[in-house]
Amino acid sequence: MLPLAGERKNARGVISEKSNNEDIIRGTTTLKRGFAHMLKNGVVMDVTTVEQAQIAEEAGAVSVMVLDKLPSDVRKAGGVARTASIRIIQEIMDSVTIPVMAKCRIGHVYEARVLEETDVDMIDESEVLTPADEHHHIWKWDFTTPVVNGARSLAEALRRIEEGAAMIRTKGEPGTGNVAEAVTHIKKVNDELRLIKSIYDSGDNQDLVRIAREFKVSYDIVEQTAKIGRLPVVNFAAGGIATPADAAYLMSLGCDGIFVGSGIFNANDAKERARAIVLATTFWNEPEKVKEAQKMIDERQSMIGLDVNTLELRMQDRGGSA
Amino acid sequence: MSLTVGVLAIQGDVQENLISTETALKESGIEGKVVDVKTADDVSKLDGLIIPGGESTTIGQLSLVNSSLKIIKEKIENGMPVLGICAGMILLAKTADDRVMGKTGQPLLDLVEIKIERNSFGRQKESFEAEISMNSIKIPKFNGVFIRAPAVSEIGSDVEILSKFNEKIIAIKKGNIIGTAFHPELTTDISLHKYFVNLVKESKN
Repeated sequence: MLPLAGERKNARGVISEKSNNEDIIRGTTTLKRGFAHMLKNGVVMDVTTVEQAQIAEEAGAVSVMVLDKLPSDVRKAGGVARTASIRIIQEIMDSVTIPVMAKCRIGHVYEARVLEETDVDMIDESEVLTPADEHHHIWKWDFTTPVVNGARSLAEALRRIEEGAAMIRTKGEPGTGNVAEAVTHIKKVNDELRLIKSIYDSGDNQDLVRIAREFKVSYDIVEQTAKIGRLPVVNFAAGGIATPADAAYLMSLGCDGIFVGSGIFNANDAKERARAIVLATTFWNEPEKVKEAQKMIDERQSMIGLDVNTLELRMQDRGGSA
Repeated sequence: MSLTVGVLAIQGDVQENLISTETALKESGIEGKVVDVKTADDVSKLDGLIIPGGESTTIGQLSLVNSSLKIIKEKIENGMPVLGICAGMILLAKTADDRVMGKTGQPLLDLVEIKIERNSFGRQKESFEAEISMNSIKIPKFNGVFIRAPAVSEIGSDVEILSKFNEKIIAIKKGNIIGTAFHPELTTDISLHKYFVNLVKESKN
């Protein structure tokens, strides 16, 4: 069974109806979180065209994420980054059998509505796009379609889960080809999970109340998370992953799977690299196989990375205080 | 005599199946252990196998890479019980078409004379829970969790239908092989996992 911590049973996204003569129910927490569980140990690849989506599927991706521009190109272009063209999302949905996700702006309820009506399988409320609301994220319990959010800490992750996120990923620093931030974020989440678990095990409820206040979340979700000692939803790595070894390293830190943004289709060996990152993710705990995967790529073809200390735009800070 | 039941751990919801199977062994009073398996070598030591939910294209391709697909097929042909869930049932089939895209050409085990329609009930927004029944294996009431679920569109004469929902075939059995379109491991009901571990026990006797 799935952990259901933080579940809101009578949410607006939950729909009870008749299908022919049978009673069915859609948009439940089990269905939304369960969808994310089916992606575990897999790679979700950012794509901007049908051709890229097909390369991703052939390489063994578990899903594709449709964007207007890859994160590194969003950086170069500047201006306001919005959700992708619906026509392209639909073309991609018609050309692959794996699930299709798409990004909407943080807080942009109507980009998310449009994506839900388009029938994408999951919505990413993403800091790669320009936030539409600096103070609120989307109330995701209103949606039947599951939503994934980025987080840099346990507090951010639990705030997003309380808003209805069915899946969490690290924010990392998108479009940099630099894993340092993703590594920091997953380690911080893990450290904080260990901390609240040890407080829970010690029976010090007062200290858990203090944590809940500090995190700006309910006591219940802190207690339930502390009890199981892990996030109640699937947690993927994202933001800066560019090589098979990057993917394997993040899996070894306890991530449930990998999102690759610019790392594949901004490299000059996209096909081989896509395949190699899938292999390294699946067989991350067998270094010999990760080496074989790493051998499939040529470092001279990797995207030129960015030092996160010199960035003018830190995407990870978007929506972080809310 | 102790049983070893494996969960294929290439991709998908392995952990939930490990827990459901462990609980099923314990509640059935059967001595045994549950392990996650990846390689051909791991698979060769099993008495029963669960192929979990996930992406069938990914699981199929990667099992092909590490040559576990071949030994899985041999073992099942020689009578090892297998439970294929969602993507797992797709892999057991002879052929699989996508509802929208048609022919897929993905690697399959071709162990049961069934044709699969992938994403038969629609995309994720149409995923649903509903009460179903599997009367022939004495599970009259079960909460079916259908996530981008497939259905069986054609069936060979030697294959038993375990359950239908809205006229679609959602669970099948052929001797030692069971396939379901829904996810028992996402619920607290372990009756199907119990049925499976008992099947594994009988096959070893």
